[in-house]
Formats: sequence, structure tokens, C-alpha cells
Amino acid sequence: MANITFTLNGTSQTVDVVPEMPLLWVLRDVIGLTGTKFGCGMALCGACTVHLDGQPVRSCSTPVKSVAGKRVVTIEGLSPTGTHPVQRAWMEVDVPQCGYCQSGQVMSAAALLARKPKPTDADIDEAMRGNLCRCGTYQSVRAAVQRAVELSGGRS
Amino acid sequence: MSTRRAFLKTSAAATGGLLIGVYFPDVAGEAVLDAQFGPPGGGAITPHAFIRIGTDDLVTLTIHKPDNGQGTETSIAQILAEELDCDWSRIRTEFAPINAALYGGALQGTFGSLAIRTTYDPMRRTGAAARDMLMQAAAARWGIDKSQCRTENGAVINTATNARLSYGSLAEAAAKLPVPANAAMKDPAQFKLIGKPLQRVDTPAKVTGKATFGIDVRLPGMLYAVVARSAVFGGKVARFDGTKAKAVPGVTHVVEIPQGIAVVASNTWAAMEGRRALQIEWDEGPNATLTAAGIREALIGLTSKAGGGMAEQHGDFDKALAAAGQPIEALYEAPYLAHARLEPHACVARIADGICEIWTGTQIPGQAHSTAVQASGLRPEQVKVHTTYMGGSYGSRGGGAFVAEAVEVAKAVKSPVKLTYSRDDELQHDLYRPASAVRFIAALDSDGWPSAWSARIACPTWMALRNGVARESVEGIAEYDIPNVKVEYHDPKLPIPTGYWRSVGLSQNTFFAESFVDELATRGRKDPVELRRRLYAKSPRLLGVLNLAAEKARWGTPLPQGRFRGIAAVAGFGSFNAQVAEVSIEQGKVRVHRVVCAVDCGRVINPTGVIQQAQGAMVYGLSAALRGNITIDRGRVAESNFHQYEPLRMHEMPVVDVHIVPSTAAPGGMGELTTPPIAAAVGNAIYAATGKRIRRLPFSLEKLV
Repeated sequence: MANITFTLNGTSQTVDVVPEMPLLWVLRDVIGLTGTKFGCGMALCGACTVHLDGQPVRSCSTPVKSVAGKRVVTIEGLSPTGTHPVQRAWMEVDVPQCGYCQSGQVMSAAALLARKPKPTDADIDEAMRGNLCRCGTYQSVRAAVQRAVELSGGRS
Repeated sequence: MSTRRAFLKTSAAATGGLLIGVYFPDVAGEAVLDAQFGPPGGGAITPHAFIRIGTDDLVTLTIHKPDNGQGTETSIAQILAEELDCDWSRIRTEFAPINAALYGGALQGTFGSLAIRTTYDPMRRTGAAARDMLMQAAAARWGIDKSQCRTENGAVINTATNARLSYGSLAEAAAKLPVPANAAMKDPAQFKLIGKPLQRVDTPAKVTGKATFGIDVRLPGMLYAVVARSAVFGGKVARFDGTKAKAVPGVTHVVEIPQGIAVVASNTWAAMEGRRALQIEWDEGPNATLTAAGIREALIGLTSKAGGGMAEQHGDFDKALAAAGQPIEALYEAPYLAHARLEPHACVARIADGICEIWTGTQIPGQAHSTAVQASGLRPEQVKVHTTYMGGSYGSRGGGAFVAEAVEVAKAVKSPVKLTYSRDDELQHDLYRPASAVRFIAALDSDGWPSAWSARIACPTWMALRNGVARESVEGIAEYDIPNVKVEYHDPKLPIPTGYWRSVGLSQNTFFAESFVDELATRGRKDPVELRRRLYAKSPRLLGVLNLAAEKARWGTPLPQGRFRGIAAVAGFGSFNAQVAEVSIEQGKVRVHRVVCAVDCGRVINPTGVIQQAQGAMVYGLSAALRGNITIDRGRVAESNFHQYEPLRMHEMPVVDVHIVPSTAAPGGMGELTTPPIAAAVGNAIYAATGKRIRRLPFSLEKLV
């Protein structure tokens, strides 16, 4: 066990855990933020995507010791009011079905737009291909990413 | 005759206002339900849903149908709100907490694409009855006749004076009135909410991480558990040593339960690490030698064996075959499939003070309840089920093993417990879509039209046979207007656990039959659409979607270089669907570019929901068709995670054009409709592209040139 300190959704957070414990389980079980989802444990499905210093990472395969001193943003912290352009676009397009993958989809899309405000279709494929959706919402996800570009003030 | 009747019962709500209990008949699903659960039992009939109209004007609908993600939480509320004429922004929904004392009955579940089919009429009647009572209450208050009242947006209006009384202000008076037996329902031409693409009620929570799935439930003092189960189906623990597991930081208990060895810890990861450290010697039992090749051989062997259960017979197949020229024979195969829902099974259980409570996402809370009753040893009224959202289900969250395991562990460690499956557990301990094989023999008449069609199916089943036949295993295999037909069934009795998988038997049989139809078209020198028009002749609605899909896909017109089309269709769940797939072959693999999807599901409640389901259920079938394959090796499942069982990803997603047939027919099901045809549509397009007829799924098994 060791004390590890990082910034979580803008607030300093210290946890006393096994340093190898994946960030996902620290978030879900130790801290109690369950918006970040467990899907595979091998960085294959993207349900656990969070931002680490602004970059999308799979928290299921990120040992918590590696985030010490860094900034972690989860779906709960993406926007305090749930009105990030990506979330607004997701609501307008009515993307989710079961919804389980959508925290990860939203986080991947938000990271994409932060990096590339006007992504091409190929950019969207590349950024979103790591996020599985078993309900098959991909066409809506693509439409919502494009809508988010508009809501962010960009035009694709 | 039906013994189930819809009726309503009213009372004053404990919190003030009007409370109406709704008792559902199972209109379309009666046969299905009777087959699965037997006729409705004796004892008190208990309501399946509640409508509560509060003095604060909020209308709360407690729904007995869990939402698997298909959006019925929204569309059921839409149906109610339409007839009630309430303010859509003032309607709230919640899932019924199953409590045997209050609820009960097999109807408390979502399956068979029945959610809308079984609630449309009762929900309309309920809304209309409540509206009538509110009008009566208003009329009494104003001292006028009910006929001088109308309703609008959550209020009763005096047509003479334009005075308004909100539903909330009338709810308590309305609660004292008897429920009218046959309150007038709206003329559908006047619908304002039914048929509109209202935003789903669950969307905001699902894009902000606030929606609670079973895996998200947290209780004070809760521990986290995983279970080590025999990888070999039917295997048992011979002996185990938990010393090393207990040494893992965070692990609190290692306990044996009937399903295996549970490792319990202060967090999920510690429990998983503890399980890795467990030392278990398994008694693998008699199935440890079972292989995919052996299963395949058994299935194929049975397709050549006479004496199976006779599922269907009309005309005289043998005579027609003898009269015709060359018989046309083909063997088709489909593999075992896992559901691979993205949320692994999870169930929270707490046993305290003689009450067992469970929290889980389940399609059938009624089944979860009976499982928990059995596992806890408590009486039904001592067991409560709290239904959460489900992170996908597709037929798999009945409420069986994962509920029993959670209750067993909670019992053993005397603490609230969350049991979670890992991805390996998900893929290796599922109830699989069965592998199957079918041998078709058909004949054409002298004009090239099919005159005889037979199918001998070998398909393991989880259902009791009736007259030697598992109905789910043969559905959709011979639904054509052909004069001489014979369908036989063999149960291979394999030890792999099987169960419902989105669209059930149609998931493989539509691939088989709609591919073989194309083979007959080729042999009879017919265009595949032209042949289908003849074979679907007795189903005008199936013909309708066939023609619509062909028209929208511009069937028969040239495509860009390297693109090819294939078509297939299905009738099921009270609905009709035809799909045209456009494919190309790239580096030996098929790529699906576009799917034109024509749907007739009767009256549409929410068009967004229909489009979502048409796209989503198709993708579910396409993932399976392209590379879905659960293989058995030494009695266990070889695949362990998404690198070996990989659903379709964003960059592989075709454009899906959904076309909905306008209809005033009774609403049909949409949750499963478009899963069955896609494999055949793609297979038929592959044939158009390569001249190669692929008769075995998934397509990835075959190198395409």
C-alpha cells in the first residue's frame, strides 16, 4: 500500500492503495466514481476511457502509480453541468441505447475534438475505433461527433 | 382461451394523489409465455405497473418492463402520456422493484421483442381511464357534465368558461371514483406523442455517467467478489488451497460456493488478483475431451440421419422430389455465439434481518427473484429485487447463475457483496447461441420455381422438446410459399449451456434459408428479388419491405466498380424486414459499405427508437456474421476477451439507411428484427462478388479471393 496523489476532476486526491491497482478500480471501488466503466480489463473496449493530462487513456490498464502528480478527468468531471459540447451533441442526436459504453465514447470524442477541432471521417474512425458499442450506435456516434464540432464553433 | 385480462385498480396514493395499478394481459405473447412459464397460476393477481398522479402534477410511471437499452422506458411512457394527455415534461419513469407481495408473475420481464406489443393496448386503456376519471372529478367540481370538459397538456379545461384545473389538483378527488371499464381512447389520427421522435428519457443520465447499472451499485460495508468456476463445462472443484489468495492485499475471504470458489475483497481488482493466486485442482468430468471438431462432426452427422422430430410437413415432399429432376442439396453451419454484453454480469446482494435484497440489471426480474429465493432459502416475500439499467443484454440477463452466485457469497461472508464477472467469465460462462447445422434438399419445377423444400436441422436446445421438436431451433427455416415442405429436427444433446440470443433461432435459420433461396434462384435462373416475390406471395407485408428495400437500394442498377449487392428478408416478432447489403472484397475479406434496411413494424411509437433498433440489431448480426465464433477446446471456451471475440468497430460500420413503412397496424417488435437477415444479405453479396457460396459462419473462416 502507498499514498498516491493526483488531481481528479480539478481536485487534489490522495488514495492509499496498492500502487499497481489500475486507475479504473481506484475510481470505481475506492473513490466511488462509477461513471467510468469496466468492460474488458485489457484496453480492448474503451469503456474505461478517462483523460490523463488531456490524453485519452484506458484506465483499466493504467496502474494508479503512473498517474501520481498528473491530472485525471473522468466523465463526471468533463463538465460540471453535463453540457460539454460533446454531451450536448450526444443528447441532441440521442446516441445511447443501453448506454454502458457511452462514458468512454464521450471521453474519446472530447479528447479528439480537443486535439483536432475539425476532424475528418478518417480522424473519427481512428479516434473512436477503440470504443466498442455492442448496441451498434456507431452511426449516431459519428453524427454526434460532427454535431459537437458545430456546437464547439468549428465547421467540418 | 386467455385467462389473462387487463384491468385497472385505483386507490389514493400513500403520498397523496391518484394511484392506478395496471394488470397486463399478454396480448401477443401469450403463447410464448405459456410455453415458458405455464399458464398464470392461482393466488392473488398483482399489478404489473403503477401510474401515480401526484398533487404536484408529476405523473410517475412505474414500469414492469426493464429497458435492455432498446428505449422502451421512453416509448411505454409515450403511450401512456398520449392517452392521458399529460405534460410530457412532467412525466417520470422508474422500474418496478420486484416485491412478491406487491407484484409477481412472469410478465415482469422484457423478452421476445414483446415490450411494446404487450403494453401498447393496456397502456392506452390506462391513460384513457385516468383521463376520464380526472375529467369526472373536474366536472363534479364545476357542477357541469363531463361532456363539457376536455383535456390538454396535464389539465382539464371547462369548454364553456376556459377554466383550467391541473391533474394534480384533481388527483385526490379522482382517486375516490371507480375506474371506468371502457373509457374512450383517442382516434389515432389525433395522436400528438405516439409517432414522434421524442428524446429518450434516459439519455441525459447516460451521457453524464450518472445512469446506474447493476455493476455501479454501492452499499455501505459492501465487499467485492469474483468466482473461480470450472473452465470445463460440468467440471467441479476437487480440492483447493486459498492460502496464497488470502495473502493478496485486500482479500478478505476465500469461500467455496456451489458454483466454485469465491474470492472476496475490499475492491474488485484485489478479488481478481486473489483469484489468480488461487490454487484449485479441478475434477473436469466427462466433457474435458469435447472439441469444436467433434461437435461439428456430430451436428453434420445428424443432418443425414432420418427419424428426427417432424417440425413441419405439408404437400408431399418425397413425391415432389422424385418427380423433379436433379435435387439440390446444401449443408449450412453456424457456430456457438456469446452475447458479449459490454457490462459484465454483476449483482449486489445483501442479506440482513431476514430479508434478501438484490440489485442487478436483469431482463426478467421475476426470474432473478425466484433464483434469489432459491439461493437464499428465504420465502418469496422476504426477497426483493431492485432493477437497474442493463449494459446490454441481448437475451442473456435472465437472472440465473450470476444472481445465485451473489446470494451464495453474501450468505457465506455475512456482508453485502457485489459479484462481478470479468471479461473471461463473460465469454467462458455464458448461455450460448447454439451451434447448428442444417441439410437442405430442394427441387425446382420445369420453369425453375421451387417445388419442394426440406430441411433437417441439428441444433442443441435448452428448451423442452414438444413432439420431438425444439420450436426455437426450427423457426424461420421454411416460411416460403412452396407446395411441398418437410422440416425435421434432431437434438444433439451437447453439454454446452445454451440460451436466448438476440432473435433466437432466426439468428441462424434466416441465414440458412435466405442463402439457400439465393442458391435456388441461381439454379432456376431467377433474379433473387423476383424469386422472393413469388416465395413471399402470401405475406403482403413481407413483400412490401422486400419491394421497398429493392427500390431504395436501386436493385438491378449498376454499382460502382467492385461493389456487389445481396438481399435477404425476415418476418418475425410481429414485424417485417428486408435488407440489401452492398459489399466489396478487400484483401480476401468482405467489407460491408452500406445496408438498406426496410422495416414494417406496424404503428411506430418513437421513430428514433425504431431507427436505433434497426441499426443496432443489424450490427449485432453483422458482428456475428463477419467473425463471431465461440470455439470449444477440451471442453472449455477458447476465447477469453475482445481480441478473440471482436465485435464490429467504428471504422467497419456500414452506412445504414432505414426506411420505415407507414402503418396503422398493431405495433410489432423491433428489438431483434434486423439481426437475422444481415448474414444472408452479406453472404448473397459475397456470392455476387466472387461466385463463392459460403455456407458456414462466420465469414472470416473463409479466405475470399
